Amino acid sequence: MLREVPDSVIYYHTHHFIEEHHYLIPEPPNDFAVWVRNTLGDEVLSERLASIDTFDFPTLESLREGILSVMEESLVSKRDPRDAPEGREFHFAKSVSVILSLPYVAYDLREFVEVLREVSRGCLYFHIFESRLMNGQGMNDFSIWMRDTLGEAELAEKISHLDPYNYTLEGLRSLLIQIIEERIK
Amino acid sequence: MDYEPLVGRSAIEEISLLAEKLSGKVVQNINSTRSGGGVAEVLSRMVPLLQQVGVEAQWNVIKGNQEFFQVTKKFHNALQGKEESISPEEFSLLLEPSQGTVEEYLHGDIIFIHDPQPIALIAKRRELGEKWVWRCHIDVSNPRPEAWDFVREFVVQYDAAVFSTASFAQELPIRQFLIPPSIDPLSEKNRELSGNEIESVLAKYGIPQDKPIITQVSRFDHLKDPIGVIRAFEMVRGSMDCRLVLAGGTAVDDPEADKVLAEVKERAAGNEDIHVLSLPPESGSEINALQRASTVVLQKSLKEGFGLTVSEALWKGKPVVASAVGGMRLQVKNRFNGLLCHGVEGAAYALRLLLSNPEYARWLGENGREHVRRNFLITRHLKEYLLLFLSLYHPEDIIYL
Repeated sequence: MLREVPDSVIYYHTHHFIEEHHYLIPEPPNDFAVWVRNTLGDEVLSERLASIDTFDFPTLESLREGILSVMEESLVSKRDPRDAPEGREFHFAKSVSVILSLPYVAYDLREFVEVLREVSRGCLYFHIFESRLMNGQGMNDFSIWMRDTLGEAELAEKISHLDPYNYTLEGLRSLLIQIIEERIK
Repeated sequence: MDYEPLVGRSAIEEISLLAEKLSGKVVQNINSTRSGGGVAEVLSRMVPLLQQVGVEAQWNVIKGNQEFFQVTKKFHNALQGKEESISPEEFSLLLEPSQGTVEEYLHGDIIFIHDPQPIALIAKRRELGEKWVWRCHIDVSNPRPEAWDFVREFVVQYDAAVFSTASFAQELPIRQFLIPPSIDPLSEKNRELSGNEIESVLAKYGIPQDKPIITQVSRFDHLKDPIGVIRAFEMVRGSMDCRLVLAGGTAVDDPEADKVLAEVKERAAGNEDIHVLSLPPESGSEINALQRASTVVLQKSLKEGFGLTVSEALWKGKPVVASAVGGMRLQVKNRFNGLLCHGVEGAAYALRLLLSNPEYARWLGENGREHVRRNFLITRHLKEYLLLFLSLYHPEDIIYL
């Protein structure tokens, strides 16, 4: 099924935890790893799925292939993979993104950093995580704007190379503010 | 909005922007009771909030006699997997869901039907409203087939269904949304209380604070397993000095509650450490005080659509023991913000663990409060309802407003 489901399903199961649980960091970063560990009891495969670094993949299609290759490799080596007990099946869900303009505009880095302090975690999440996988450039919105509009190629590159999956959203906000403030001081 | 200090200004701004996009739409909520139980409680807070952000939200309740609610309770149980005998005559009672309610009050652009009792109103689709959503608040992960087949005939006529968690979702030809319920941090049940307020409630109900208090708050319903709670408490009480408070009320649409309450009282009779409290519907501040006075809060339901009492307790920083069923799995991440159990013995073990490790219990409670702040406050719920309503007019996966 994983091969057939829409991209929005892959996206949901690899990203919904970021806004829901990230402050505690108790769970592996995708639902597949959690289910394989908690329901199928396969800690080895769970660890391999958990260690897939989403940041390594520029598109959802490539991320899907990455997950599939780990699963298929594991299935080949198993003679009799376990079934989930009744009631513990994996339920595929998809995300629906609703995108709307916020009343914030920045014309330079100074204004940008002030806005960055104000916007919601949802806004930060969209421009850093979601846009990178959706815009086809493999780069977050902030970096693209800094590079293409402000000519700040070095700063754009620095931010683009941050792996956002390693941070909480608030931690990421603080880090971005710090990096930009260093550039404009 | 008064929620800004709790969730931040930007979250409130987003809600206002989304609400603007629903300008002119009337959202008509319909359920079967104005008080008692989690559905009425959430609606009583959600509808005024929707109105506050500019959405024309209304709330109406279908009328029903005792016979109607006896049948809907059977249905409620059967949808949650309990074996019930439902006669053809009883099935046919559900086909007349307005039960004398004046239907002209039920109009809306979006008709938001809560739970199975009013589900057959969809037959009036053309007369009453444009978009129809069925909000299922109960655990239908393993329903009795005859009950689900009956309900499904109606559900498939809706534009969308909403479930609290993925494991409740069913194979349906309509869109399904996952939206867990929430608690209101500013309600009487959840606002901060002074020490005096807490003590006066304990004094009113004759509960001394001389030893740790274990509390379960829920309607007197077999599916909340109050007898199982007493058994677990007795196992703990064998080696640890503590009290049990079983507090709950009844609901208009739950005719079984009095019978269950009588069974619980009989089972608890003679044990001075067990306090069984039957509370009237408007007892929010008293429940608040009982939860805040508790050492550990228990929710040992056998089935649970969501279990708002878990989020209520976590929000108050209390360590929680909850059954690993239904929506409680969403609220309690085992060993990170509470403990999950699967039976009476497991509940007793978890209670002993928390009573004898107060530092660990405190850590779980702190994590629990943050988990609720992120996921189960009414502001998140409000935002997701607005997104749901908007998405009824946008079938695509990525919606630009």
